[in-house]
Amino acid sequence: MSQMSTATLAGPRRRVTTLLGRHPVGMVFVTPYVLFLAAVFAYPLGFAVWMSFHDYFFAAPGAIVDRPFVGLDNYKTVLTDPAVRRSFYNIVIFLVINVPLTVVLALVLATALNAAIRGRTFLRVAYYVPYVTASVAVVGVWLFLFSADGLVNSLLGPLAPDPSWLVNESLAMPTIAIFVTWKQLGFFILLYLAALQNIPKELYESAAMDGAGPLRTFWSVVVPAVRPATTLVVILATITGANLFTEPYLLTGGGGPNGASASPVLLMYQRGVEQGNPDVAAAIGVLLVIGVILISLVNRRLIERD
Amino acid sequence: MKRMPPALTLVPALALVLTATAACGGGGGGDAQEAAKATGPIKVWLSNNKEEVAWGKAMVEAWNAAHADQKITAEEIPAGKSSEEVIGAAITAGNAPCLIFNTAPAAVPQFQKQGGLVPLDDLDGGKAYVEDRTGSVAEQYKSPDGKYYQIPWKSNPVMIFYNKKVFAKAGLDTEAPKLATYDDFLAASRKIVQSKAASAAIFPAPSSEFFQSWFDFYPLFIAETDGKQLVADKKAQFDSPEGLRVAGMWKTMYDEGLAPREKYNGDAFGDGKSAMAIVGPWAIAVYGEKIDWGVAPVPTSTGKPAEAIKTFSDAKNVAMYSACTNRGTAWEVLKFATSKEQDGKLLEVTGQMPLRKDITAAYPEYFSKKPDYKTFAAQAARTVEVPNVPNSVTIWQTFRDAYSESVIFGKKPVDETFKAAAEKVTALAGQS
Repeated sequence: MSQMSTATLAGPRRRVTTLLGRHPVGMVFVTPYVLFLAAVFAYPLGFAVWMSFHDYFFAAPGAIVDRPFVGLDNYKTVLTDPAVRRSFYNIVIFLVINVPLTVVLALVLATALNAAIRGRTFLRVAYYVPYVTASVAVVGVWLFLFSADGLVNSLLGPLAPDPSWLVNESLAMPTIAIFVTWKQLGFFILLYLAALQNIPKELYESAAMDGAGPLRTFWSVVVPAVRPATTLVVILATITGANLFTEPYLLTGGGGPNGASASPVLLMYQRGVEQGNPDVAAAIGVLLVIGVILISLVNRRLIERD
Repeated sequence: MKRMPPALTLVPALALVLTATAACGGGGGGDAQEAAKATGPIKVWLSNNKEEVAWGKAMVEAWNAAHADQKITAEEIPAGKSSEEVIGAAITAGNAPCLIFNTAPAAVPQFQKQGGLVPLDDLDGGKAYVEDRTGSVAEQYKSPDGKYYQIPWKSNPVMIFYNKKVFAKAGLDTEAPKLATYDDFLAASRKIVQSKAASAAIFPAPSSEFFQSWFDFYPLFIAETDGKQLVADKKAQFDSPEGLRVAGMWKTMYDEGLAPREKYNGDAFGDGKSAMAIVGPWAIAVYGEKIDWGVAPVPTSTGKPAEAIKTFSDAKNVAMYSACTNRGTAWEVLKFATSKEQDGKLLEVTGQMPLRKDITAAYPEYFSKKPDYKTFAAQAARTVEVPNVPNSVTIWQTFRDAYSESVIFGKKPVDETFKAAAEKVTALAGQS
């Protein structure tokens, strides 16, 4: 009898465990975040994918509109558009400059700021200020610095590039990449600082006992110890970089010169919002998401391999 | 690796189902005929231009004083990257106001496609009112289906504004400078830059936004073609010999450094960086006090007489939005706000030209009091609008990209680039 009741109870419990996991109370804790993700991430992403396969445009509630399934037409439009292809090429240039520069500068500066140096708090704040300052304000300063008759060209004199930085097809995107690196650096320094503070002191002591100098310690202790943080920095820098919009919109006057600094997100704004073709914009967005996922996976494999 | 509990795997699937459901759904529409007669409180949006807000508030006050049961609530258009973006979002959300006193003609085809606008022809005497007030110019604002979805409200006919002090420094005549032909215009520009009177002769924004061509290529194209629009009869017009002549003129300006290729971070004309600007009558109020200015029509290749030159209107109109339930009141407010009396007040406060027949005769006192505005008022009778065609913004962006590539940056030959862009534009204009 008791064996029977145990077996009877085990059935529903197993079903509950199968459905909700071994700790059902955990579900209560994760539910708000899952709902948040569903509302602000899964739903728009799903909607974007759906839009990219339909002839879709935004319409007033109650308006009778036809939104037929168009298969891969929007993707064909996007992939045969030279402006879109150029924007993806531009973002690759951006990431090639921005991501390694971010990792190297953030790690080196974080290591320096982690050491007992004078004015450490001031420097930590100084690096963080650009990150928390509105892009519009910071862009204004960079326009003053990098315009044809700006401060940088005045200092460079005859060495100033012609055409100038922001209207030079070869220099516009690298200039934006350097701007974004500088602006975001404070945040990534913060991530590395947190990682550096978790490195056990014993590792430094062992390295010192083995006769390692500061450079050797940095390379053999710090770099491997902060590898998880590096993975995070690379992935976050890639994602934020791929979503580049404000800088080409404001710094180079809408992706100029001649589309040399246009980003996929800027084109999504132009096509989707300005021109009323959200279906085409969604196709660009889906391709961008796929690209970012692939790059992030490759990065993770490369960084985390032993 | 632990597997996600099955319940969680349902979330994305549920999101997709919700997505599909929401995307395929659609609300029911109200009865348009009933709404056309309905009266009651309404909401309107005004542009955030200081003078227009002042006029709008006074207009609303005057209306509300006489219509206690049909009050207007006026707000400035909410902040966004552009008014059109905000209006487009409001149409989609179903919370657009009844009237917007800042509807760009280039955005009307898109708003119409969204189902966001009320055809004024469907309102009592709507079509006749528009045509009686504006005259033959109203024809340009008709949509391809033959209806009016906007009332032509006010224009800012663009002309060449010049700084007399800079012209004097460059050794140019300040009262009647020779700017009529392209050769005249280029010669004056060279003198300005070579004499270092200003670092640029003229400084139209060389950036890629779709609307920038309205203030460099388009006014000169209209003047050169005696009033052709960028697209006519569903066919692009800018790859014509006239279009190429205009492009050639601007290309010389950029190639010789008379117009900069880099965007100026501020007001180039106001800051004395450029000697000329392509502007509407609003510039009188803005620069009148601090700059000794003169005005001339836009140049043509042959130097047409001033009274024969047409230009871009840079108009802003009023449209009624389909989310409006009290359309009867909205229509009465629209007529009130565009009445002769209110148009006169608008002219008085903003200096912008109401789009009504023969404004110099309609407001003789104003123009005798403010003769500076007379030149613009005369030009207002000869204005051309952006074409009211499907894919309007995409067409302008396509043109701007081609113009940027060939004229501003000189990366490709103008004729080839314009021809390729014209093919795209013709295809876009032919779509429904």
